[in-house]
Amino acid sequence: MTTATTTPASTLAVQATGVGKVFPTKAGDVTALTGVELEVRAGEFVSLIGPSGCGKSTLLRLIADLDEATTGELTIFGKPARRARIDQDYGIAFQQAGLLPWRTVAANIGLPLELHKVPKAQREARVAELAELVGLTEFIDRYPDQLSGGMQQRVAIARALAASPKLLLMDEPFGALDEMTREYLQGELTRIAAETGAAVVFVTHSIPEAVFLSDRVVVMSPRPGRITDVVETGLGSVRDESLRENPAYFEKVTAVREALHGAKVERANER
Amino acid sequence: MSTAVVPGSRMPSWLRVVAPIVVGLLILAAWTLYVEFGDAPRMLPSPIAIGQEFVLRWGIIWDDMVVTASNALIGLTVGAILAVVLAGLAASAKPIDGMLAPLVAALAVIPIVAITPILNTMFGASSQFGRQAVATIAAFIPVFINVLRGLRQTRPVHRDVLRASAASGAQTFRMLTLPTAVPYLMTGLRVASSLAVIAALVAEYFGGPADGIGTSIATYAKSGRAALAWAYVGGGILIGLVFFLVTAFLERLVTRHAPG
Repeated sequence: MTTATTTPASTLAVQATGVGKVFPTKAGDVTALTGVELEVRAGEFVSLIGPSGCGKSTLLRLIADLDEATTGELTIFGKPARRARIDQDYGIAFQQAGLLPWRTVAANIGLPLELHKVPKAQREARVAELAELVGLTEFIDRYPDQLSGGMQQRVAIARALAASPKLLLMDEPFGALDEMTREYLQGELTRIAAETGAAVVFVTHSIPEAVFLSDRVVVMSPRPGRITDVVETGLGSVRDESLRENPAYFEKVTAVREALHGAKVERANER
Repeated sequence: MSTAVVPGSRMPSWLRVVAPIVVGLLILAAWTLYVEFGDAPRMLPSPIAIGQEFVLRWGIIWDDMVVTASNALIGLTVGAILAVVLAGLAASAKPIDGMLAPLVAALAVIPIVAITPILNTMFGASSQFGRQAVATIAAFIPVFINVLRGLRQTRPVHRDVLRASAASGAQTFRMLTLPTAVPYLMTGLRVASSLAVIAALVAEYFGGPADGIGTSIATYAKSGRAALAWAYVGGGILIGLVFFLVTAFLERLVTRHAPG
C-alpha cells in the first residue's frame, strides 16, 4: 500500500499500516486482526462493519490505545496512538454509556476536563455548551440512574466531545437502544459530527446504520479479522430522514450487504 | 399512593409501624403477667421494675454506657482505618494480598474474646486497652473483607473511559476505584459496628477496670440485683442500636446513586 504518499500523514485522522493483533490464549495464539490498511481523513465519517469476531471493535481499541497492536504501525494525526491518547486527540463512546453513577450529568460530561485540570469556570461553560449540543440542558443536575438509555448515551457522547477532539471513536454506541431512539440519535450524531468537524470511526453491525452515517463503509470479515472491502457511499453531507427513503441510499445498503456476504470467498481466493 | 388502595397487596404504611409495636407491647404484657401471677425465676423481674430501675439509676448507667461505647467506637475507628489501609495495599499489590489473605482468614476464625483475659493481664487491670484491642480486631475483619472486594468491582467500561481520558493511576484510584468501593466500605462498617459493641461489652466479662456495661451486668447479676442488671442490659441494647442506626443511615446516604 503506497497511498500514504498521496496524502501527507498529518492531515490523516487515522493511518494504519499492516496492523495486526494476536491475543495469546491457553489454547494457543488467536489472530484477531491481520494486515489492516486503513486511512481516515480529517472530518471523514467511516464505519467499520462486519460479523462478530471480525475484529472491528479490536481495531477501534487499537486506535484508542486501549490495546496495543502486535504488528504494523498506527498513527493518529501523525502521532503514535499512545501519544494521541495522552494528548486527548480523540474522544470515545462505547455500547454501554459507562457513566459514573455517583456523578451528575454535568460532572460526567466534565470528567475528561476535570482529569486534565481545566479551571472550574471554563469547565462549567464547556459543559453547558455540550449539554446544549446533545439537548440535555434541563437534565444537567440529574444522576445517570434517573435517565433513559438514550439520554445516557447522549451524555456519553457529550463526554467524548468534552476535550474538543478532532476524532470521535464509537463502538456500537446505539447497539443497546430501541429502533426509534436509535434513528433519532443517528440523525443527531451526523449533525454533531458536522458541527464539530470531527472525523468519526464508528463500529456497528447494522448495515442501514453504517450507510446512513458514513462517507465510507469499511467491510470486515472474521477468522482472521481483516478488511475485505470499502464502499464509498457518496451520499453527500446532508443526512436527514428523507435520506432513508432515497433510492441512492438503498443502492448503497445493497452494495454493503453484497460486500459483506459475497466478498468473503473472492478475497479468500486472492490470498 | 394508589398501592395502598389495592386490597391485600401491601400493608398500609401506618400498619407497618404500628404492628411491631403492638406485638412488642403484647409480649411485655405477657411478661408482666407471668412475673406477677406466675412462677417466675427470681432473676426475672417484671419490665416495670426494670424500667423503674433504669430511670432511677440512669446516672450510673449512662457513665458505664460512655465507657463501653467509647471502647467500641475506638475499636471501630482504629479497626476500620487499619482495614481500609491494608485492603488498599492488598488490592494494589498481589504479593501483599498473598501475605494478608491467610492471616485475615486465621484472624476471622479465632474467637477474639478468648484472648481477652490474656490482653487484660498483659496491659494491667486499670487499662481499657485490652477491651479496645478486642473491639479493633472484631471490627477489622468485616471492613477489610468488604473493602477489598469493593476495590475490585470497577467495571471494564469505566476503566476504559478513564484510560481513554488519559487519567493517571492516582486519578483513576480517586475518581473510580475509591467511589466504587465506598458502598462496600459502608456495608462493612454496618456489620463491624455491631461486632465492635458486642466485643467491647463481652470483653468486660474477662477482667480489666471495674467499669462498663458488661462489668456492671456481671456484678449486679452475681449480687442478685436482677432489675438493675436488666436495666444495664437495656443500656447495652441502646449502644448497639445507636451504632447500628448511625452506620445504616450512612450506608443509605452513600448508596443512593451506587451502581447495581
